[in-house]
Amino acid sequence: MTRIDGAEVLKRTLADDEAAILDAWTLSLREGTSLQSGRIREAELQTQARAVYRQLRDAFAAGGLDADAEGFAQLRDTLADISRSRAIQGFTPTDTANFVYSLKPPVFEALEKAHATDAATLAAGTRAASRVLDRLGLHTMEVFLASREEVIGRQGQEIAELSTPVVRLWDGILALPLIGTLDSARTGVVMENLLQAIVDEEAEIAIIDITGVPTVDTLVAQHLLKTVAAARLMGADCIVSGIRPQIAQTMVHLGVELNVVSKATLADAFAVALRRTGRKVVRQQASIEGRG
Amino acid sequence: MDRIPILKLGGALIVTIQVDMHDRLALALEEDLTAMIARTGARGVLLEISALEIVDSFIGRMLVSIAAVSRVLDAETVVAGMRPAVAITLVELGLELTGIKTALNVERGMALIQARLAEEEDGCGGDREGHEG
Repeated sequence: MTRIDGAEVLKRTLADDEAAILDAWTLSLREGTSLQSGRIREAELQTQARAVYRQLRDAFAAGGLDADAEGFAQLRDTLADISRSRAIQGFTPTDTANFVYSLKPPVFEALEKAHATDAATLAAGTRAASRVLDRLGLHTMEVFLASREEVIGRQGQEIAELSTPVVRLWDGILALPLIGTLDSARTGVVMENLLQAIVDEEAEIAIIDITGVPTVDTLVAQHLLKTVAAARLMGADCIVSGIRPQIAQTMVHLGVELNVVSKATLADAFAVALRRTGRKVVRQQASIEGRG
Repeated sequence: MDRIPILKLGGALIVTIQVDMHDRLALALEEDLTAMIARTGARGVLLEISALEIVDSFIGRMLVSIAAVSRVLDAETVVAGMRPAVAITLVELGLELTGIKTALNVERGMALIQARLAEEEDGCGGDREGHEG
């Protein structure tokens, strides 16, 4: 008995039964959950399905069963694009994988119909279809996960950047409004940003505002002290502001001592900073109440 | 052996470190500086370290000890122009240089020393200045 080439069988079936397979596939895609979530329109889904199918057929025509081969490059790219956009749109992994895997039943059916009497050919074709579609499905998931991780990584980076801005309040006066919990990694970023800003702005005073820091424990206090000490080494003074009443109580109960100039609000700290740099804020006109 | 030059400017000594500090150089600097303070009767020492890129615990300790020796000889040390990376390293090493004054650049450092000199002149009648004049 000669060995039956599964790829040949599959290629013929895909070409012959294109309309039937495509119909069944889009039908099952329509019934799937990805449409119901409303993240993608039916027309778009159908366009994607048609494009993938056409490229799959062309890839087979180019020859080979190896989904990693050159002939499948275009199809792999298309699938990568699709799953990347799904990752960003927030599809579940199941929805994304199903896009490829739901092609399997229609293909199997078509193979069965075409080779109902020839078991060997049917088996060869089914094996080939399974192998290729599984590989493509895995590829889809890999890209999906990579894209998700990319999104998560970018978000983390953005948060880190957003949460440590150094703002210039006046000539030589900087403010560092801290938001969120201070851990070692963030303290490092905060410290670097602050010290660089001190050099760039030739600042004399830096105000570290911790209004947005939810809790101050011994570790956070230690990190704050490190930042203050480093700024002092550069020749700038630090004022810590925005310690909320509850936090002040907790700090005292915990025995955390900051041993730096601290003020209740950013405004108070700014006033001190202005005074120390020899400036003063005065009212230009008498107040409305003053004039009667 | 290389030595770091020490410049005298009025009542202050200026040291700019422009090479990588190695341990022997630091020790030599401490000796020279001590001798110079004793000889000139300087009241302020400005250590300019903006070119210093690498510090270790030894160099950090040398800075502290230079400042301590100077204080014994009645001269105040101001460290000026420390780089951010150096500041972070020193803090991580636990060397916060307490007791040493710091300034962002030479200009501000000199201003600090001048302020101290002026203050002493006003306050104590400037007996040292009196002998010289």
